[in-house]
Amino acid sequence: MGGHSATGLLRPGVDPLGSAFAALLGLSLLALPLMTTRPNRIAAGTGLTAWSALPSGAVLLLGGVVALGLPLLALRAAPPLRLAAAAAILLLLGLSAGWAADHLTLPGDRYGRVSPDAGWWLAFATAALAVGDGLARLRPGPILRIALLALLVGATGLALRTGFWNNLSVLREYASRSDTFGRELRTHAVLALTSVAAAAALGIPAAILARPVPALRTGLLATLNVVQTIPSMALFGMLIAPLAWIGRAVPGAAALGIAGIGAAPAFVALLAYALLPVAAATVAGLDAVPWPVRDAARGVGMTARQRLLQVELPLALPAILTGIRIVLVQNIGLAVIAGLVGGGGLGVFVFQGISQNAGDLVLLGALPTVAMATGAAVLLDAVVDLSRGRAAERVP
Amino acid sequence: MSRAPPLAWAALLALLGVFLVAPGRFAPLFQPFAPGDTPPIYAQTPLLTLAVNHLLLVAAATLTAAAIAVGLAVAATRPAGRDVLPFARSVARIGQTFPPVAVLALAVPIFGFGAVPTLIALVLYGLLPIFETALTGLDGLDPALMEAARGMGMTDRQRLLRVELPLALPMILSGIRLAAVIGLATATIGSTVAASTLGEVIISGLLTGNTAYVLQGGLVVSALALLIDAGFRHVERGAARRAGFRS
Repeated sequence: MGGHSATGLLRPGVDPLGSAFAALLGLSLLALPLMTTRPNRIAAGTGLTAWSALPSGAVLLLGGVVALGLPLLALRAAPPLRLAAAAAILLLLGLSAGWAADHLTLPGDRYGRVSPDAGWWLAFATAALAVGDGLARLRPGPILRIALLALLVGATGLALRTGFWNNLSVLREYASRSDTFGRELRTHAVLALTSVAAAAALGIPAAILARPVPALRTGLLATLNVVQTIPSMALFGMLIAPLAWIGRAVPGAAALGIAGIGAAPAFVALLAYALLPVAAATVAGLDAVPWPVRDAARGVGMTARQRLLQVELPLALPAILTGIRIVLVQNIGLAVIAGLVGGGGLGVFVFQGISQNAGDLVLLGALPTVAMATGAAVLLDAVVDLSRGRAAERVP
Repeated sequence: MSRAPPLAWAALLALLGVFLVAPGRFAPLFQPFAPGDTPPIYAQTPLLTLAVNHLLLVAAATLTAAAIAVGLAVAATRPAGRDVLPFARSVARIGQTFPPVAVLALAVPIFGFGAVPTLIALVLYGLLPIFETALTGLDGLDPALMEAARGMGMTDRQRLLRVELPLALPMILSGIRLAAVIGLATATIGSTVAASTLGEVIISGLLTGNTAYVLQGGLVVSALALLIDAGFRHVERGAARRAGFRS
């Protein structure tokens, strides 16, 4: 081993984590079925390995890229090289799903279904983890992370728009529901976003007002903590009756959309769940403002209002934003339950799919939910990092 | 809330016990919420049976998740696993953004209906908070303390069992508490995939427009969650005292 200090691109030795990724990728592509074909949407499927599911050109391409990429992952290659290898494999898996679906769909067959099988999911998850690991080793800054997220969203959107995956089973489910899908997706996003915005508008001032008074502060946090323990399904359900009553009894309430059915109970329940983390994060953030900073602000003659707005809140912002990140991600997930109480959202597809025993319909609701939640987490994590940098500038 | 006097917890526990054993006695309380002549108390399956099923499911899932997650956290904090640590931490962080309902829904096409997909979703979802807190607990130990343990001639194994794990125990327990409370709520949703849990009562109420059932199911699950949360906090305080922290 002459050149251990050599190029820097490839050092001798084996990377333990990368080897695990390489082994899992190899295993999933060689030993497990890549795709499943079914005569119709609820029939049992037949698993197909990579080489029987893909056209021969694609098999060669996938095989070549994997054969080249796996050693780079397993050996101690430089982080950019590992990232490139993992990203190439991930991209090719995404393309393979579309190619296989086109290859396996007989011309004019409207009932047959082609969907990814265990091998594809395992390989895809592993490749995604390898990309994440490659990124983590490079420590990209918040702006770059947001740019990468935008690139990923753009590429996926483009593939969906051009109909690249249209022969996949999930998109067959979409095709027969394209009119309602857009509406439910919008309902879902609006429910999650507005409930969090309302929670911030109520929770932050409540926390600021209650924080200096020990009894109020304990009472506020304890009450909100109890609300968190009510199971989401029950809270959504319990709100139907009172909201129906308000809708009937209070003049003008019905015109605002307050009713026992529809999105109102879902909105109120999501708001209730979001209040505690936002209020608790505000209290914790304000508590953490260093004492000398407060003292200095008082020393230069700032009024209580100025201190709050110009010193304490800006310093507490990263903590408050972290609380908002937690509830936004949580509410994107919980909004699925709205589908169970007639509130709409992507949960409609999830629960329809469950009751029809149609896994692809479940996926049609669950995949966008997961994508939205994860995207929101990455975006807000970057925003928290940015605000932390800004808050640090304020404290000399 | 965690500071409520023990008497209040005992009263809540007793009330829950009486309600589960003899729910019929509470019928007048729920009567106003039941439409028309429908029975105010869910009777298709005894509430006690459902509560026991619910708790067993959550307990099995949380214990499995705790065993796996603590094992993984110990492995990731050994010298050989150090390289993996930042990666493992970010996986746990991103993994927790997967909504529990979505995890449960995705388990159905793979594992079918009933308690199995619910159990698997609960285990998967419970892993992450326990793993994250166990990592924080094991990784955040004072290096001087570890050096002292090494200086006393303790082997790696002795250090792990007598120093690191006891000191990290309060953190690990708080992760398990979080997993159990989330699991309790998620198991409710398990009823949509035909697992026999207290969610059955709520769903039946939603389907028939019987708010009394929704209330019953919701209140029992909430009481269980509050009691488990309080119980764990009590044990955590004990563990923290033994570890020499002030709480």
